[in-house]
Amino acid sequence: MRPLLSRRCAPAAICAALALAGLHASSAADEPVIRVTARKFEYDTPEIILKKGVPVTIELTSLDRVHGFNLPDFKTRADAIPGMVTRVRIVPDKAGTFAFFCDVFCGDGHEEMAGKIVVKD
Amino acid sequence: MSHDTIKRRDFLKLAGLGGAVFASGLSGWAQAVKSGAADEFYFVQLSDTHWGFNGPKVNPEAASTLKKAVAAVNGLEQKPDFVVFTGDLTHTTDDPKLRRARMAEFRDIVSELKIKDVRFMPGEHDASLDRGEAYQEFFGKLHYSFDHKGVHFIALDNVSDPGASLGEAQLKWLAQHLKQLGKDAPIVVLAHRPLFDLYPQWDWATRDGASAVELLMPHKNVTVFYGHIHQEHHHKTGHIAHHAAKSLIFPLPAPGSAPKRAPIPWDEAEPNKGIGFRSIEADAKGAQYKLAELPVPKG
Repeated sequence: MRPLLSRRCAPAAICAALALAGLHASSAADEPVIRVTARKFEYDTPEIILKKGVPVTIELTSLDRVHGFNLPDFKTRADAIPGMVTRVRIVPDKAGTFAFFCDVFCGDGHEEMAGKIVVKD
Repeated sequence: MSHDTIKRRDFLKLAGLGGAVFASGLSGWAQAVKSGAADEFYFVQLSDTHWGFNGPKVNPEAASTLKKAVAAVNGLEQKPDFVVFTGDLTHTTDDPKLRRARMAEFRDIVSELKIKDVRFMPGEHDASLDRGEAYQEFFGKLHYSFDHKGVHFIALDNVSDPGASLGEAQLKWLAQHLKQLGKDAPIVVLAHRPLFDLYPQWDWATRDGASAVELLMPHKNVTVFYGHIHQEHHHKTGHIAHHAAKSLIFPLPAPGSAPKRAPIPWDEAEPNKGIGFRSIEADAKGAQYKLAELPVPKG
């Protein structure tokens, strides 16, 4: 796991938003990291706020079983696996609100397991 | 005209139950009917019955909707050649015993169909949590093919993988299967989920569905019937038509028309609004199909 310490978060407003979203700086790449934990039938970070043009890495894990993380508007998907961290890099090159959801059927409630990424200019 | 051939007048009586008729838009169908062409037949598609679902706000009659649909099919003036259920026969549960109990109840209810040629397919609610183990105990193979009066039917499984993939093995099976068919052969593909990217933001897609469509593309006469999205929908990928059927439990919003893919609430003023089933009349020679959307009777 990467350190939780935020090292570089330029504009204060974005920094606050990123912190709310569970986002931290990567010590290695010096790129923000957002930790997202999945479990039936929710993500602990259902809303992620990003700044356009600032790439981030999402670190996925799960507390109970395999879930999915699918962000079709960025053609990105990955599995969230218990006991493992899956890293997904996102380059938010367009502003707007974009849905992500679980695409690994996980039971009665699967259809409600979703969140959104808000990319601000 | 053979005994099994539906007369146009009778077909319109079916549509007269209150359903809308959707012609698949290919020329020549009417002429084929007039000429009494052989190999015409019709079948009924029922989908997304979700037996075991409990949600009074979206369907307070959930315990009786399937039974009413069975009665409606039995009441059709002209018997269909066969009936196909395109998945989500039961509503999902984590409890394997309850899953099997729901499947047993579903099987008992549909055993009341007068038509005994009934084909089943799994949906993710039936098969994703145990990779189709319980489903196969009750309903048989997850993917298969059969022939009926000149039409080759291929039932694909894009649900027993919880990640909604057909998988390499099934795609290989499909490829080998298609090699044995002429390029002009009438082919109907049955699936639960859409094989194309209908609306990926709501997971209305199959992860490797494009691979199946690519395999089907060299064949001139391919039509796909599927479920999953709980509404009538028509789309074309190239020359291949894809027709989604209504659910028999609750409707879902049109793709992207609502913030969430949440069920549309029950309308007391119009019970059963948005749910129903479909008859499909086939003219095998021309590989043309005429669809009629039929309602679940009130009361």
